[in-house]
Amino acid sequence: MCGIVGLFLKDRSLEPQLGAMLTDMLVTMTDRGPDSAGIAIYGTGQAGQAKLTVQSDTADADFATLADDLGRALGVSVILRRADTHAVLTLPAAQAQGARDALATLRPGLRVMSDGQSIEIYKEVGLPREVAARFDLASMSGSHGIGHTRMATESAVTTQGAHPFSTGADQCLVHNGSLSNHNNLRRTLKRAGMRIDSQNDTEVGAAYVTWKMQQGATLGQALEGALTDLDGFFTFVVGTKDGFGVVRDPIACKPAVMAETDQYVAFGSEYRALVNLPGIDAARVWEPEPATVYFWSH
Amino acid sequence: MTDHDTRIPRTVPIQSATFTNPINAEIRRAAATGIYDIRGGGAKRKVPHFDDLLFLGASISRYPLEGYRETCDTRVTLGTRFAKKPIELDIPITIAGMSFGALSAQAKEALGRGASAAGTSTTTGDGGMTPEERGHSSKLVYQYLPSRYGMNPDDLRRADAIEIVVGQGAKPGGGGMLLGQKISDRVAEMRTLPKGIDQRSACRHPDWTGPDDLEIKILELREITGWQVPIYVKVGGTRPYYDTALAVKAGADVVVLDGMQGGTAATQDVFIEHVGLPTLACIRPAVRALQDLGMHREVQLVISGGIRTGADVAKALALGADAVAIGTAALIALGDNDPKWESEYQKLGTTTGAYDDWHEGRDPAGITTQDPELAARLDPVDAGRRLRNYLKVMTLEAQTIARACGHNHLHNLEPEDLCALTMEAAAMAQVPLAGTDWYPGKPGAGY
Amino acid sequence: MQTIDLATQPLRELNSTLQAQSAQTNATAWEVLNPRGAHAIAVGLDAPIEVTVRGVTGYYCAGMNNQAHIHVTGSVGPGVAENMMSGTVIIDGDASQYAGATGRGGLLVIKGNASSRCGISMKGIDIVVHGNVGHMSAFMAQAGNLVVCGDAGEALGDSIYEARLFVRGSVKSLGADCVEKEMRAEHLELLRDLLERAGADAKPEEFRRYGSARKLYNFNIDNAAAY
Repeated sequence: MCGIVGLFLKDRSLEPQLGAMLTDMLVTMTDRGPDSAGIAIYGTGQAGQAKLTVQSDTADADFATLADDLGRALGVSVILRRADTHAVLTLPAAQAQGARDALATLRPGLRVMSDGQSIEIYKEVGLPREVAARFDLASMSGSHGIGHTRMATESAVTTQGAHPFSTGADQCLVHNGSLSNHNNLRRTLKRAGMRIDSQNDTEVGAAYVTWKMQQGATLGQALEGALTDLDGFFTFVVGTKDGFGVVRDPIACKPAVMAETDQYVAFGSEYRALVNLPGIDAARVWEPEPATVYFWSH
Repeated sequence: MTDHDTRIPRTVPIQSATFTNPINAEIRRAAATGIYDIRGGGAKRKVPHFDDLLFLGASISRYPLEGYRETCDTRVTLGTRFAKKPIELDIPITIAGMSFGALSAQAKEALGRGASAAGTSTTTGDGGMTPEERGHSSKLVYQYLPSRYGMNPDDLRRADAIEIVVGQGAKPGGGGMLLGQKISDRVAEMRTLPKGIDQRSACRHPDWTGPDDLEIKILELREITGWQVPIYVKVGGTRPYYDTALAVKAGADVVVLDGMQGGTAATQDVFIEHVGLPTLACIRPAVRALQDLGMHREVQLVISGGIRTGADVAKALALGADAVAIGTAALIALGDNDPKWESEYQKLGTTTGAYDDWHEGRDPAGITTQDPELAARLDPVDAGRRLRNYLKVMTLEAQTIARACGHNHLHNLEPEDLCALTMEAAAMAQVPLAGTDWYPGKPGAGY
Repeated sequence: MQTIDLATQPLRELNSTLQAQSAQTNATAWEVLNPRGAHAIAVGLDAPIEVTVRGVTGYYCAGMNNQAHIHVTGSVGPGVAENMMSGTVIIDGDASQYAGATGRGGLLVIKGNASSRCGISMKGIDIVVHGNVGHMSAFMAQAGNLVVCGDAGEALGDSIYEARLFVRGSVKSLGADCVEKEMRAEHLELLRDLLERAGADAKPEEFRRYGSARKLYNFNIDNAAAY
């Protein structure tokens, strides 16, 4: 049970302000999710380069020589940029999977939050304002981003249980609601070889989307599949390299508000999240229909 | 040799433990009627309960208090977190929500009289507040249910507390039900329904879903009532740790947790017997949730579902509850299932103690009915006095136990005052099996 | 006109001030500035005052309204005018889900669209939506009138009791036990009055009426699939 915010910029001149705008939106949704907060931000990325965002509970020790250690293991140059408990590792895209494998040995306690050309995911336990400050989210720039504030229902209040969840390279998913068949689905997906780390229902939803796409589905098709294969209540917002999508379950009782202007498309669990956006008074504001997949992309 | 040769041992008829006579009768009934069985009350099956716990009285290692002379306080205050006017009760035993509609107006009045005389609160139900029960209840909790029958801001402000009902132990996840026989003119008017129809209530609230919305709903109710009265959240026992934690996060002053022995006016038998947790299994996870949030005793916990005696009260409190609520037991105190009506129970195809067709509205005791003649059998003054007496006895019993354990307040009872008679009860209550220091699932015990 | 600015004054002050107004008050006109999507604005009012909310509100605006005339110049979040007793609530923009839920009386006018569950469990309120309503509108509607000048979404009037539904446009689907009914003279008269009071530019003759088939009122095994 949670608050979701999302912002997709059409006007590139706003990109330096993306982090600040999203942070403001995120903090507004504190009441809906005081346990943990997270953000996926799609910033600048270079073709041929991959960014791995990693998290550690013992960041000082884990990050100190990580770039060198990983670079040596892979035989490439790795750049590390640290933000509190997270670090972004930049390395050749072809080495992304190799890096994941090497990290499992080099730093077993490390968690990979995301990988891709442009995505970075930051999430931690705590009030959204505090989480945003730890990572200085407000200073980040990018073309689009998704944020989430969590009120944990049945799984633990941990970094792992926080959203967004990565669903593949440059992809992520956040959720408001509660799935009721995630335990069976988790077992099915694990047998199919998917990696699912937590007992969180949303991570299963994310893994489902990843799995469908590995089977050849487009993201849109994967979300259509979710409408039949996921039981329970959900509003999902998914991020991709080019944009974001929204889908609500057929009952659609978890709230969702969208706003669109010439400059952006924005999503909020409540209108309160949108009130400080430029030109909101003149924006087209509407609610996404149930069981309908929406997409915006560059 | 003949067929009747008595010298040869024969197989005696053996009844199946699976296809028992009651089961077979139910199969035949379903086959004949095409509808599931509906009844009132709570789970009748045997489940681990407070009977499976015993108190460890004081002796040499700790000292008991003297009955009558050395006080054992029983007072409790509910709603201390946000409400300007918390509810102060003389005893930690409240009357659970039961609707006018499910019960006669006389029965509701009797509940109000008995509870008020005993210094405790009573609760409306899924049908709105009647002037009789408001008038006869010194402290009245107003239920806020998915149906919102009879809901209005005037009654909301007349209430001493508001109880947002998410679910109940008899049917967690289910909605209300009141069959046509009981939708009299007055009940129909209060619920804005046609007379004589089968009323089906929704299982989710009409204007919120989930804890994040509940927080906003609680804000609205507080704004309408000026932050004066406590707001309870009632849930049926299923995932008590999470549900308690989420009720607290949503801003509840009090959490009411109802186990599967808790009654209902009417629902499917399959729901009553097969959904939910025994009351005994609900308490410790809920208390742990409160403790994890630093809210134990800040947000009060009221436990209900099969509370019958002062011993049950003392045990629930020892496990961490702040108070209990009784429903079925209160109806029995009023006169429900009284042997004096046995001949009439027989005519209804049942017997004293087993009568549970409360939804049919033909209650010989005049309690679960809207039939004016039957309802007139219950004198609200006499019945109220019986309820008061019963509440007093329960309180005295709980005090007797608490003093024997050396406590000057019922709230000082602890889990360590208890032991369990069975492995099941030991596991559910997380108190040691009698004579040991172990219970199944005890951290570090290696099991 | 007296003004309360939510940018500088807390919600509690707004509601306690408005709730304290009596029928004899001289301060009959109020203006609320900077609602900015806040919840529970102007709830539990109990006097025939006029309140204009300038902007967009969150959940439960005008909840349990009694007598007051509340006008929101923007859109409203979930549960506007929930359990309204009397008075009028007029929304210039759109309404989110549960508009007019369990309302008992008064008139709710939504000049834009209402999303899902408009008029859920309504118990006597009149609701006029100038635009469309979303799915599951008038679910378990017990009494009152829901008028939709545009289209209705899926499962309109599911498990409906005695409420009357009037739709001018298309109905995506009817819910269990909801059927089209004959539009008689008394219904046209009722509709004319509601449309006029709601300032809706539509003719009663353009509407169709829907209501309960009353087949779920008492259990019948042959209708079990509808439960």
